[in-house]
Amino acid sequence: MGIDLPLIWAIIIAFAVMMYVVMDGFDLGIGILFPFFPETRDRDVMMNSVAPIWDGNETWMVLGGAGLFGAFPLAYSVILPALYLPLILMLIALIFRGIAFEFRFKSNRTKPWWDRAFAWGSLLATFIQGAALGAFIQGFKVVERGYAGGPFDWVSPFAIFCGLALVGGYAMLGCGWLIWKTEGDLQKRMYRLMPRIGLGVALCIAIVSLWTPIAFPKISERWFGPNIYFLWPVPALVLACVVLLIRAVRSKRELQPFVLTLALFILSYLGLAISLWPNVVPPAITIWDASSPPESQGFLLVGMLFLIPIILVYTAYSYYVFRGKVDEDGYHH
Amino acid sequence: MIFGMDAAILARAQFAFTISFHILFPAFTIGLASYLAVLEGLWLKTGRTVYRDLFRFWLKIFAVSFGLGVVSGVVMSYQFGTNWSRFSDIAGNILGPLLSYEVITAFFLEAGFLGIMLFGEKRVGKGIHFFATCMVAVGTLISSFWILSANSWMQTPQGYEIIDGRFFARSWIEIVFNPSFPYRLVHMVLAAYLTTAFVVGAVGAYHLLRYKGNEAARTMFSMAMWMAAIVAPIQIFVGDLHGLNTLKYQPAKVAAMEGHFETHKGAPLILFGWPDREAGETKYAVEIPKLGSLILTHEWDGQIKGLKEWPRDEWPNVAVVFWAFRIMVAIGTAMLCIGLWSLFLRYRGRLYETTLFHKAALAMGPAGFVAILAGWFTTEVGRQPYVIYGLLRTRDALSPVSAEQVAISLGLFIVVYGIVFTTGVYYLLKLMRLGPLTGTPEGGPGEPRQPKRPLSGSDIPLDQPE
Repeated sequence: MGIDLPLIWAIIIAFAVMMYVVMDGFDLGIGILFPFFPETRDRDVMMNSVAPIWDGNETWMVLGGAGLFGAFPLAYSVILPALYLPLILMLIALIFRGIAFEFRFKSNRTKPWWDRAFAWGSLLATFIQGAALGAFIQGFKVVERGYAGGPFDWVSPFAIFCGLALVGGYAMLGCGWLIWKTEGDLQKRMYRLMPRIGLGVALCIAIVSLWTPIAFPKISERWFGPNIYFLWPVPALVLACVVLLIRAVRSKRELQPFVLTLALFILSYLGLAISLWPNVVPPAITIWDASSPPESQGFLLVGMLFLIPIILVYTAYSYYVFRGKVDEDGYHH
Repeated sequence: MIFGMDAAILARAQFAFTISFHILFPAFTIGLASYLAVLEGLWLKTGRTVYRDLFRFWLKIFAVSFGLGVVSGVVMSYQFGTNWSRFSDIAGNILGPLLSYEVITAFFLEAGFLGIMLFGEKRVGKGIHFFATCMVAVGTLISSFWILSANSWMQTPQGYEIIDGRFFARSWIEIVFNPSFPYRLVHMVLAAYLTTAFVVGAVGAYHLLRYKGNEAARTMFSMAMWMAAIVAPIQIFVGDLHGLNTLKYQPAKVAAMEGHFETHKGAPLILFGWPDREAGETKYAVEIPKLGSLILTHEWDGQIKGLKEWPRDEWPNVAVVFWAFRIMVAIGTAMLCIGLWSLFLRYRGRLYETTLFHKAALAMGPAGFVAILAGWFTTEVGRQPYVIYGLLRTRDALSPVSAEQVAISLGLFIVVYGIVFTTGVYYLLKLMRLGPLTGTPEGGPGEPRQPKRPLSGSDIPLDQPE
């Protein structure tokens, strides 16, 4: 057996999407938290904490999209039309909040408008990402290599619930990030907020974990068949993270809440991967069905293997440069 | 159907709208990146502060334009899937990797060097900073390489095989270096250089009109006019070669560009007229006998095929192609005239004194953008009804989406682009109006700011304080 290129590509794309979710997650979360912190001073601090890095976070999304087109063109050509309207709305929301980031710092009179664009853009983009994920888990109707459903097939109670759950999840990431990056009064308020969001999110994870096996028999088989013997650590670790998180907030640990939230996200993501494997378009298209031929995947892999380490090193470096606490004037070194 | 338009027409309109908006920013930044490398090189070599001031001035403008280009580019990378999913499935094996390579190279450049270029003047040595600037310039060119390769392959496909109705790569060398690619790449890069030169020239002219002794304005104006004088003639020559290449591979497009419906020996050159697709003739034509054949075949009696050689359902929208082509040629000619005029004034020693010339250069500021759009409309509308020339019709490339969905998203894009890019362009014009400042603080404009945020390369306020 040679190298399983589709498997390598599935891992690369899953990795890019996960990087995007956790990294853009916390800066979108800051936009979601905006309405709770109406003071300009607080907002300046919150925005400054992600200003140097948010843009790099979004590159993972483009990388995931481009990689999907290059390596799994069939998946790309089914998923995108199926999620047509939500994706367009999400792109528009991201444009607004991206531009708001820059122009807010340069504006005076128009500042409240850029604040609104940032908060609403973040909220809408997050909700749509969650709803799109829900729709993805439900699966798409495919006939002859093309999407065959209607424009609103993605709308369902489950998808909407996933959207709301992700809003909570990103808010939690944002809150954890700010506990780590701020100090004084703002940090205190974040500490107070964290357990409430955390319990809400834990509840959401529990509901999704029960909802999916009940609604989708295949997922139920995957988890509650003989696999349970080696899959049980996943939910157990989720529970452990929640308990540790509450304790970390009580004892005012600065970094732990954020790290534990990250762990929650990674575990949920892993759980999802276990539920859906090996489909790239649920319910029936596997990564091998959707692959472009080896000459295409191989050609592109050369560039990717060269690029990904560079992006990782560069990302780590910029996080290192902008380490420490932030205030309304940005980072100080 | 929405207002009598079906999903295919609306999706084409949406692609035309979003890509027309997008192309303006990369076209400008490709030229500007190279110009910045030249400015910094001259500064390091001569030590004259005017080059440093100019570098910092154009760096701010570069930062904002680059940021707007990235924002509008994200939309492009998803549009192949949302609106053209049949195309993505049929041709994804070939175009997916080419477009992904563009993303990879663009990110490589962004991750590696843009941050240093924008924000690192004080944090790294002069040599490394100059190297980063050069790498950004090279990076923009590599990006163009991949995008134009993908586009050219769709115009002149080769190196593929079709199995079960889908394209498979047979030779990447043949795919990347397809027949129209070299001409298209050179034509586009030169167009980007000319566009930038005319913007730089217009900004220089604007400041010369206010004060003729402005040293920075004189320097950039002079540099821009050298570019116009040297590059405009080369561009016309390359454009001619590109036209001959199109005649060889896409003769129907050339027939539409020329407004020829009938096949002629010794065809005239139609200067103006109204190509009537229904009637199958170009009405009110003003023409020069035989010149058409001479230009295209280099013979007085060379034969030029008219559109009637092809079935009517393979004709592009003749009027759009015909007029877009003429607009491009007219602007190219005007650019050549400005270049020649500048040489004459330079020879007479009156380059910085002739107010009329400065006004003309100011008026020509946006000319490059118009010419680029007109050129792209010529080549893209001209290859219709095909999206992959001769092999896949645009209609068969569409996603299974309804006209309503496409209309809604098109409307949203128009509103959002209107707001976002009006603000962006307003801000760019504000920066240009302020002009280069002497004695900018050490470390360059973005020094107190952070990497990974091109727009923060400028700290000039967007609006007035309360």
